[in-house]
Amino acid sequence: MDDLLSEFLTETNENIGIVDAALVALEQNPDDGSQIDNIFRLVHTIKGTCGFLGLPRLEAVAHAGENVLGKIRDKELDVDADVVTIILEAMDVIKELLESLEQTEEEPDGNDANLIARLNDVAYGTSSATSGDASNVVGLVNEVTEADLEAAFAAADGPGEDAPIEPIISTEVRPGEVSEADLEAAFNSAPGPDDFEAPVLEAEPIVEAAVATIPKADKKKAPVTDQAPKETSLANQSIRVNVELLEDLMTMVSELVLTRNQLLQMVRGMDDNEFTVPLQRLSHVTTELQEGLMKTRMQPIGNAWSKLPRIIRDLSHDLNKKIDLVMHGAETELDRQVLEMIKDPLTHMVRNSADHGLETPADRLAAGKKETGRVILDAYHEGGHIIITITDDGRGLNSDKIKAKVLENGLATESELEAMGTQQIQNFIMRPGFSTAEKVTNVSGRGVGMDVVRSNIEKIGGTVELKSEEGKGSVFTIKIPLTLAIVSALIVECAGERFAVPQISVVELVRASTDGRSDNTIELINEAPVLRLRDRLLPLIHLNDILKLETAADEVAEKSEVKGDEEFIIVTQVGAYTFGIVVDRVFDTEEIVVKPVAPILRHLSIFSGNTILGDGSVIMILDPNGIAAQTGENVVGDHRFEEEMRKDTTENDKVAMLICHAGGKEPKAVPLSLVARLEEVDVDTIERTNEQMVVQYRGKIMPLVTLTDDAKVAEKGRQPILVFTDNDRTMGLVVDEIVDIVEDHLNVEMASNVDGMIGSAVIREKATDIIDVGYYLQKCFGDWFSTGETAAFGSESSSQRVLLVDDSPFFRNMLVPLLSVAGYEVSTAENPSEALEMREAGKAFDIIVSDIEMPGMDGFQFAEEVLNDERWADTPIIALSSHTTPQDFDRGRQVGFSDYVAKFDRDALMNTLSQTLRAGGGAR
Amino acid sequence: MSNYDVQEYVTVTIANQMFGIPVLQVHDVLGSINLTTIPLAPPEVAGALNLRGRIVTCIDVRKRLGLPARDDSGQRMSVVVEHHGEPYALLIDTVGEVLNLKSEQLEMNPATLDPRWREVSSGIYRTQDNLLVILQIERLLDFAGNASAAA
Repeated sequence: MDDLLSEFLTETNENIGIVDAALVALEQNPDDGSQIDNIFRLVHTIKGTCGFLGLPRLEAVAHAGENVLGKIRDKELDVDADVVTIILEAMDVIKELLESLEQTEEEPDGNDANLIARLNDVAYGTSSATSGDASNVVGLVNEVTEADLEAAFAAADGPGEDAPIEPIISTEVRPGEVSEADLEAAFNSAPGPDDFEAPVLEAEPIVEAAVATIPKADKKKAPVTDQAPKETSLANQSIRVNVELLEDLMTMVSELVLTRNQLLQMVRGMDDNEFTVPLQRLSHVTTELQEGLMKTRMQPIGNAWSKLPRIIRDLSHDLNKKIDLVMHGAETELDRQVLEMIKDPLTHMVRNSADHGLETPADRLAAGKKETGRVILDAYHEGGHIIITITDDGRGLNSDKIKAKVLENGLATESELEAMGTQQIQNFIMRPGFSTAEKVTNVSGRGVGMDVVRSNIEKIGGTVELKSEEGKGSVFTIKIPLTLAIVSALIVECAGERFAVPQISVVELVRASTDGRSDNTIELINEAPVLRLRDRLLPLIHLNDILKLETAADEVAEKSEVKGDEEFIIVTQVGAYTFGIVVDRVFDTEEIVVKPVAPILRHLSIFSGNTILGDGSVIMILDPNGIAAQTGENVVGDHRFEEEMRKDTTENDKVAMLICHAGGKEPKAVPLSLVARLEEVDVDTIERTNEQMVVQYRGKIMPLVTLTDDAKVAEKGRQPILVFTDNDRTMGLVVDEIVDIVEDHLNVEMASNVDGMIGSAVIREKATDIIDVGYYLQKCFGDWFSTGETAAFGSESSSQRVLLVDDSPFFRNMLVPLLSVAGYEVSTAENPSEALEMREAGKAFDIIVSDIEMPGMDGFQFAEEVLNDERWADTPIIALSSHTTPQDFDRGRQVGFSDYVAKFDRDALMNTLSQTLRAGGGAR
Repeated sequence: MSNYDVQEYVTVTIANQMFGIPVLQVHDVLGSINLTTIPLAPPEVAGALNLRGRIVTCIDVRKRLGLPARDDSGQRMSVVVEHHGEPYALLIDTVGEVLNLKSEQLEMNPATLDPRWREVSSGIYRTQDNLLVILQIERLLDFAGNASAAA
């Protein structure tokens, strides 16, 4: 039997069982919303799959049933016994159809128009009036005795003979409600088709009676037909085993392995004896047993994808679209349990991408795209997770449509929507009961789907992310934790302890020494170890340092660092950050099953789990993300670390700083957010015009400035520059060397009286000058801010008064010059109290820019304070914060901030300032 | 009838002091163990060990009770208990016997007892030759993160 079909049968039978039970539960408790959602989803799934397998009868029945359920879900229809009965009836019909499908691999002929009509009656309100006057029919059917049935089966030789009989009856009767067997029986016992036809047409109430006879009939049928072997063979092909049972087996096998190892150890000490051979066999069998058991749990993700090409093919026919399905990483192994859980969501999502996402060929051509749309599936391991992305190059999500739909369904109010980002709005598609498809097709558009997807994935601790650009397409990213999965790990030793490093994050291994004996030497820059690795400098981390192991054993530390013993460097990549972990020894790789660490140790972000090695010892698994985080590097996509960062910022702002050398030995730093690009230009291309160094850059002339007047441009070769951009203007700052980008607390400790420097701060334990970009911008273009956009409002009022409230001297220092050159008159306050003192002193401002995180009174309280007093109540306040989550935006708006700007987004601040002021302060 | 309730305790010795652990909470008693140390873990966590395929976190009860580390390198034993579905091995010196003790004979902790002991002990029994300190497993395992959160 077709794999697809047999899987469908198993799955659908299970689902129907659940629906049956759930329906009964629903009848008892009609207000249980989750129950109806669940039923609706399952029926929807059945219907959907039927459509793709080309089972029109099943699909039609399920579709009609779903209509009724949809009405119930939307609360347009009350749950009562009649409604439940008719849905159960539909389920029974589906069950019967499935049965015959299992035997013949084909849907029996016939149609269920009557049942469907009645379902539709229920769904669309016209009451079903057919329940009466069927008593005579009941009588008729009751006459069909078991004996008759038996006789009928004995007479019937098999499916071959059934075929001609069936169509005759089924055209007139509704075979969906009465099983094939009953039909046969009825056919035989009834005087003739003509007499039978009329009463059965109105026979709904008897159906249950008829159905009740089916099980008996089936039993009898089995021995006499040749369909029996098929059933059994299907049942034998696969069985469902409780995962817990597998888990138990796994544990036992692990123990077996340990015992085997012990035995081997014992025998190894002895000379040849009678145990050697049997023990070898035991060893062999154990290994195979272990491998086999592992295999039962692991499956390539391709298994979950195998249905997809067909689904896409059928879909492209149904929808008249040209669709190209591309699959990468099908061999990525997943734990069986996880795979089961994501199978349906994946199918849903791919279907959605093809149906909603991709446009029709005509639309695509009109939009200048290729006629054939692409849906790309990709699976890979990344930092302790399995990532699956589903990308389509279709129309993307239309935020306006989603907004309209959100309003229509009452999921949010207009003002709430107003405050949301595009991403948030797009995420509405994952709410229950939401669909942007205008037409409810039988493919999709009923608003089940994305919420099923999300709930299923969240059940296993995963996340779904959605990125979409209108007109370009959408990307769904599913992230599933690896907790259950098997990984290959490198076993390393450090200070006498062994650790496992997931092979996924290991880029390469380098052998190095500290005394220059081998090709690779660890060098120190101010005690920070680095390694020259081909064309770049690799920052190194000593594992014993971050694990604080050397303090416990000085001896070991001596051996690993000072004595210049050989060391191994594991070159690791986390996101875009590559670094080396220095360890003492590298053993082998081993396949390990990641187990979560005990709750007591969960806070150690440096371990992603632990496991038991083949020799029975417990080993900790290092998490490269955690290590990177420990060393202060911002790791993209690591939520744990982001959270930590956020925690940090509440106390002290961490800023990404670009460290460079320029004019002088001291390192210089500039906030990374101000830098547009890092470039290297060929020195020969630097020209001079009007006493000013310039280069042609992207078709324009870009002036270059040096940090100090006496700083020199390199003689030849390539000159690194930092590019700053604003509107159409671009400036290059010449530096000697770009060293690094660090994330650090920024605390300007000494203000500078040198032009061009804000002051000095300690960054990475070194005194570093902070470059005042504003100064150089001004130096380069005296008119940087005074023309263009800003001039427009500048002319309205000669100078707008801005009050800047921020506890960080750095930001005050950075923003004041920026704001002043932009034509504002700036006053600053270190904290809200100081600002309120200014109010008491009778000062007035056109606009207030305030930080949120401040010691004492925070920005929110400050805003409330300002609004509560009429003197400043009309002054718009702009919040400035490194917290730019939607909740913060919401809160900010609630307390009365006119706008909310990310702290490092200079452009946004400038725009917001001018816009808010232009709106006349009454925008609030 | 709680007056006549009889509780069974496994007695263990740590630094010559006898302790009692409710027998129903004891899953296993381990002899020689192969500990894997866990760097950066709270000091009370001695490491992790493999118990028939399960990873068990090992707690150094001496550290927990503020006792000095053991100087001799004799065989260490441990008692495996379960807390919130997670197995923990309590590192002890020796295991004694199982005693049946009447609940009514349980006496309050003396006020002079070290607060660290008071925190984990539910009371004292007077046996013939010894005083038996009853350990409360939940309290014993409630340290580091949990303890500070509760404080």
